[in-house]
Amino acid sequence: MMIKPYGDTLNDGKVQLSFTLPLDAGPLGLACAKEIAKGMGLPNPEVVHTEQMGEGFSFYVIYGSLPQGIDTDQVKVHAVQALTMTMAEIEALIRRHFVRELVFVGASTGTDAHTLGIDAIMNMKGYAGHYGLERYAGIRAYNLGSQVPNAELIRKAVAVDADVLLVSQTVTQKDVHLSNLVELVELLEAAGLRERFVLVCGGARISHELAMELGYDAGFGTGSFAEHVAAFAVQELIRRQGKADQ
Amino acid sequence: MNTQNKLRLDAGSIARCRDDALRIASQVQEMIDLHTTVSVERAVLRLVGVDGVDAFEVPLPNLMVEQVRQGGDLSRGVSAYLAGALLATGLDVQGFCAAFLEDKVSLLGHTLPDSRLTADTLRPYLEASFQTISHHRQYREAQLARFGARQPEIYVIVATGNIYEDVKQAQSAVRAGADVIAVIRTTGQSLLDYVPYGATTEGFGGTMATQENFRIMRQALDALCEAEGRYIKLVNYASGLCMPEIAVMGALERLDMMLNDSMYGIIFRDINMQRTFVDQYFSRSLNALAGITINTGEDNYLTTADAVGSAHTVLASQFINERFAQLAGLPKSQMGLGHAFEIDPDLEDSFLLELAQAQMAREIFPEAPLKYMPPTTHSTGNIFQTQAVDTLFNAATMMTGQGIHLLAMMTEAIHTPFLSDRHLAIRNARMVQSAMRHLQEEISFKEDGRIMRRAQQVLREAERLLRDIADTGLFEALEQGVFADVRRDRNQGKGLEGVIKKHPDYCNPAMDLLREALA
Repeated sequence: MMIKPYGDTLNDGKVQLSFTLPLDAGPLGLACAKEIAKGMGLPNPEVVHTEQMGEGFSFYVIYGSLPQGIDTDQVKVHAVQALTMTMAEIEALIRRHFVRELVFVGASTGTDAHTLGIDAIMNMKGYAGHYGLERYAGIRAYNLGSQVPNAELIRKAVAVDADVLLVSQTVTQKDVHLSNLVELVELLEAAGLRERFVLVCGGARISHELAMELGYDAGFGTGSFAEHVAAFAVQELIRRQGKADQ
Repeated sequence: MNTQNKLRLDAGSIARCRDDALRIASQVQEMIDLHTTVSVERAVLRLVGVDGVDAFEVPLPNLMVEQVRQGGDLSRGVSAYLAGALLATGLDVQGFCAAFLEDKVSLLGHTLPDSRLTADTLRPYLEASFQTISHHRQYREAQLARFGARQPEIYVIVATGNIYEDVKQAQSAVRAGADVIAVIRTTGQSLLDYVPYGATTEGFGGTMATQENFRIMRQALDALCEAEGRYIKLVNYASGLCMPEIAVMGALERLDMMLNDSMYGIIFRDINMQRTFVDQYFSRSLNALAGITINTGEDNYLTTADAVGSAHTVLASQFINERFAQLAGLPKSQMGLGHAFEIDPDLEDSFLLELAQAQMAREIFPEAPLKYMPPTTHSTGNIFQTQAVDTLFNAATMMTGQGIHLLAMMTEAIHTPFLSDRHLAIRNARMVQSAMRHLQEEISFKEDGRIMRRAQQVLREAERLLRDIADTGLFEALEQGVFADVRRDRNQGKGLEGVIKKHPDYCNPAMDLLREALA
């Protein structure tokens, strides 16, 4: 099926964008803003707003219509391959397949001082009405907090014999999260521990696709809650157990 | 500032909160008075004029304190060692620093002078620094008197990692209407046990706090004051393991506000509580002298704990921060006590709860320039929704007379602000300020209505919590996770090894001079 962005009529292709130029507001800035929009594939962009910002900068709001559409049949989707489940279903699944508690160890690693992401997934009260892993029967959750060095996360994971490692990254300036995430994988591989854990990362700028590329088993972005992470991890552990049994 | 009792808060209850907060802070103060820390000692060296780094970028104050710690007895204070070395070598501080870097002199191996001779030897250097600080204070007060201070003050952050890029962003923000510029620190700096040196252009999520970076930004903001017709304030962080040293740097470079909380580092950075309490006392004493307004960090509690259920912990912490600040000599007009607009906006009547909390803080701390923090926890990638919630926050500030208004960004949940994010946020706040200029005067709250009852309830809960903490002690309360749902052990956490019990002959002429000046 061919589709285009929708303004108020099917396939009108309407999009909005805004940006800043390092130019004073004026005829030159306006002309440059239009050219930039054309370069982005909008043949007749409308600059609906422009204003001066401080000295030497100006701001633009632009609307345009995309001429080309996209064929939905040709688009590959990279989503975590796991059934979505409720907390109760996950707890039942763990009871059915494991006689022990599953151990999750999570942290916001490296220099990242933000705990919001890892807390939302792990803490008892969870986030936006979705309880965190600490509340799950059958899961023992260790939240190590923020600014945890990768090596320390691994030490703790080994010490408590973890099944699942959760890594949260919030600060993404200059791609610091990427080097940090890669370092963890490298450290695990160097220690011969990579296969021992289900390795999951999360954060506002993390996608499943990115996570796979970096060598993780799954990645969870904005809008993910504890049940998404737990459903994936438990199903993956069951899959691995099945493999081991064969 | 409107300080009338619109919420019918119980004056007796407020007084009991203050009494218990004093009991709490006084118990901790007994521990503080018996200890020093490596960072307090380094701060003393900075006040004496010790500055610079060696070939490996290790700061001179660290090298000197480390030398005494390893080869001498730091419990006597680094001051005695420095004074002894100056007397023995006949060098002045600058000459001694140069020779120290060339490894020609040592702090060790000299007779330790008594406290009187130590004070006499270091006093001229300390007085020179104190004079600089007092000159800065007078300059700031003169500028504020000349231009007048706007209320509320619009406070924005810059955080590019590169001080020169920060300058551009700050200048643009000032032209759009910002009154206060905070340079956010690079992530992780709070856990460095030294202060980096010189101008820096690399950082993540912020820019290194260095004395040179302070100077560069101060100069850039001063250059705009005339053209903009107002004094622009500069903010940084006297927090983390180097809290006292950064307080010194800020005082010497005329910063106007310092993030400086008595418990933030303990709770959110896992810094040892003894270390933080000793460090905050020195920092706040110096901030008091320098006329620097502190910003406390209660707003952060609500990013991890529930904003409705834990509202009273914010109020309780404000009372405690007030008492710690008072013990350090800080006047109320310099206490930017923190709180935040962090209730889930989807909750019914969330705005009423926010108004209750903001108005309550305003009435309980009438002289404090309250620092009001914007929504962050419930901000999402939906920038349009976030902008709408931020407008409610701007309205709450105007309706309750908050002093320091930290601007909300519609891209809060996405990235450190773009130039345009900041510009649009300032325009929004200015519009709301103008549209609601005198609304606060028109507002009274319904007798026994939802807002009044909520404020009274939060005050009652805070009173109960403060009594409990006063009975068990603050150390125990922190161990039990009373604030922000975070538990900390008094004998764990970063920086504990840098806490030293004072020798009976310990001397610290910088602190003595500070206490003298504040008396």
